[in-house]
Amino acid sequence: MMIYDVAIIGAGVVGAMVARELTRQGQSVILLEKASDVATGASRANSGIVHAGFDAKENSLKAKFNVAGANMMASLCREMGVAYVQNGSLVVGFDQEDQQTLEGLLKRGVENGVTGLALLSGDEVRALEPSLSEDVTCALLAPTGGIVCPYELTIAAVGVAMYNGAELKTNFAVSSITEEGGVWHLSNGEETVCATYVVNCAGTHSDDIARMIGDDRITITPRRGEYILLDRACEGLVSRTIFMAPGKMGKGVLVSPTCHGNIIVGPTAVNMEEKDNTSTTAEGLAEVRRLAQKSVKDIPFGRGITIFCGIRAVGNTGDFIIECPRPRFVHCAGIESPGLSASPAIALYVAQLLQKEGAVLSIRADFDPHYTPAVHFRHLSDEEKNDIIARDPRYGRVICRCETVTEGEIVQTLHQLPIPRDLDALKRRTRCGMGRCQGGFCTPYVTEIMARELGVDELSLTKSGGDSPLLLAATKTAKGGTK
Amino acid sequence: MKTVTTDLVVIGGGPAGMSAALAAYDQGIRDILILERDNALGGILRQCIHNGFGLHRFGEELTGPEYAARDAIRVKELSIPYMTDTMALSLSPDLEVRATSQTNGIFKIKAKAVILAMGCRERPAGALGIAGNRPAGVYSAGTAQKFVNMKGYMPGRDVVILGSGDIGLIMARRMTLEGAKVHAVCELMPYSGGLARNIEQCLNDFDIPLLLSHTVTRLHGKKRLEGVTIQKVDENRRPISGSEQYIPCDTLLLSCGLIPENELTTEAGIALDRVTSGAIVDQDRMTSLSGVFACGNVLQVHDLVDFVSEEAAIAGKAAANFIKNQKTPPISVSLNAGDGVRYTVPQIVTEAKDVTVYFRVTDVQKDVRIALYDGDTCLLSKKKISVAPGEMETLSLSPEVLKEANGKTLTIKIERKD
Repeated sequence: MMIYDVAIIGAGVVGAMVARELTRQGQSVILLEKASDVATGASRANSGIVHAGFDAKENSLKAKFNVAGANMMASLCREMGVAYVQNGSLVVGFDQEDQQTLEGLLKRGVENGVTGLALLSGDEVRALEPSLSEDVTCALLAPTGGIVCPYELTIAAVGVAMYNGAELKTNFAVSSITEEGGVWHLSNGEETVCATYVVNCAGTHSDDIARMIGDDRITITPRRGEYILLDRACEGLVSRTIFMAPGKMGKGVLVSPTCHGNIIVGPTAVNMEEKDNTSTTAEGLAEVRRLAQKSVKDIPFGRGITIFCGIRAVGNTGDFIIECPRPRFVHCAGIESPGLSASPAIALYVAQLLQKEGAVLSIRADFDPHYTPAVHFRHLSDEEKNDIIARDPRYGRVICRCETVTEGEIVQTLHQLPIPRDLDALKRRTRCGMGRCQGGFCTPYVTEIMARELGVDELSLTKSGGDSPLLLAATKTAKGGTK
Repeated sequence: MKTVTTDLVVIGGGPAGMSAALAAYDQGIRDILILERDNALGGILRQCIHNGFGLHRFGEELTGPEYAARDAIRVKELSIPYMTDTMALSLSPDLEVRATSQTNGIFKIKAKAVILAMGCRERPAGALGIAGNRPAGVYSAGTAQKFVNMKGYMPGRDVVILGSGDIGLIMARRMTLEGAKVHAVCELMPYSGGLARNIEQCLNDFDIPLLLSHTVTRLHGKKRLEGVTIQKVDENRRPISGSEQYIPCDTLLLSCGLIPENELTTEAGIALDRVTSGAIVDQDRMTSLSGVFACGNVLQVHDLVDFVSEEAAIAGKAAANFIKNQKTPPISVSLNAGDGVRYTVPQIVTEAKDVTVYFRVTDVQKDVRIALYDGDTCLLSKKKISVAPGEMETLSLSPEVLKEANGKTLTIKIERKD
């Protein structure tokens, strides 16, 4: 029986970063994911912000790992070919009370070690961001704030881990955990995976996992957040991430560019019972529109291309819960915002915890930190485009017209770890179908390429794994008529 | 980078692009290049296997592929150059088109005139803001049409259709013929957005209910669609609380409007009409960028391909005259959409000749007059038994009327016939 050094439960951004780090430090790693792809929970749908680090309480794990993680983000993204922009962020306020809140955030930021923070007047901040509303009277500028694509980051980190030997098991929902003779047995009811160490990175389900080892101290409250995404034609509406001062109206919503040139507006913050309910609501979207207009004027909501809802895993301590409840078992629970920013630093900390638990860690000389996602044709110069088409003519065939994604990119991605097996997984990697027509034109072409490259029947393809078939049958005509 | 020069580049090899190229050819232009992104000429007609095309132009009922073939065969017989699997990436203000293909890589075409004929796209589900999850089984009607007609796959068995645009109506019938059950077509407006003949032939003939003033307010099912909630809407198109009705279904097809694909146009700095989302054009279908013409669904969404071809021929002929540098003494008349009129194409007229103005009305009305005004003076009018937003209207302007109106704004209105 194969016994891995470490089994990681959950292939979100935290699990991915932990898998990458532990692989780097010489561990044999298996990553267990209940969905059909990585990055399908909180890491799929969030604001994609690398927070500067002025928000979290001094001396909290959130504060510590946010600043440390954010400092690692630029080089990590460069190594892994992930879109990252240090676009700076602004927290805008509307009255005297907000001004005081911003002063408090400034003070906290300085204590947390955030550099470059500055308080601006309404006019000063409007000179930087002309689309801000006239109601804005003050702002906190954080030049170190950034934006990153959360699922690209997760996919790349899992990819790096896998190319360095880690294994990924998708569609594996851990349902019971037992320990025998110093080995953890993780079962999904049909199959068992064995490992010396376990890291619980199960997001909204990390409390369920904790209960499997008799630890009932953790409660995760799923908190939904609805978003509206605007067409790339709206690029430039704002160039920094615009937060609202937390106050009477709650945390407000943000208006931000994404790494891909869209504008993202949201999220709402509503606690709920169901852990995997990512449905949008009419009320939530109305709330997003209403709040956003307070900080940014004339947001062209008519150019919305999609809406979505994400889930944050809110813990019951107010801070990240990263600890060893049992020997050789680590929780990474309650990793809500700023979890994305903190994830690289969390991974280092988990390695330290495992070392204390007896794991023998040493950085591998042969570890390759690079990930090379398929080039985005759209971002190449004409010369580079011609070079790549000369090498592989499939890069000259545009499949997704809205995002200019070529057959070459799609084919390369379909053969790259972690392999995308459903349409949404491919979409997250290549951006085909992410544009203004939302797959209206390219889907029938993409399914054909997927079926061919993956060696499966087109009828077996799904949108998001499991029971989500895209097509239900052949037509009568295709079957040769009804006679 | 390879750069070629040509008299005329036509972007798009659908019915508009082909008709424009043929019209330019008929005017003596030989140096033409049609760029088509799919692997054959014909555009969206290739997947429209139903009949009903060509009644106006050919006096007979053709299928989409048959209609497209008439033009495609002529293009080939006349050896008008075209490239398939070739996508235009940009258009510069000095009429340089950048395109890409597998065989040529990135290349540039310098042209004396450019005709935009890129067609339109369907409004996607995300833009409609329907609450719920994003399960499999939600398609725009055209995507479903491609799967069924071109690839032989059924996207679903139990279908609800949102939007009564023509493609939605056509797909209601098509899915039914292929053995699916179409439970309802919901239309937000109190009238259908499609042609009356399609309501008759695609819904009524198959007992498919058309629910006017209804919309889909929620998608159910996490992985694959399991049902939709539909609701009645009030006169402001807001869902009426208490009117919720659940329809179990595995597929929702959307036919909620077509959007002209004007990304190249916008990047070239060409002025667009806020209502049509197409370029602002004159009687020759010339845009605000001299030498660039637009026609077909990229200019305004049409009901009938016959009118697309007609409009494209105007653009093709005018582009040829532009290349030959044939100018007539200019005038300037602005056309304004007045009461009951959503928009007009063209929006301006720069030559005193016979000009047909195309327009759409804002509401369904019976016994009306289409009238042309210069201020308070009615210049001409014509009676109509009924008008509807789903059916394009026309008004012919004579050279005399236009000459007289030089420098003025003429307004087209819908009036009650009293």
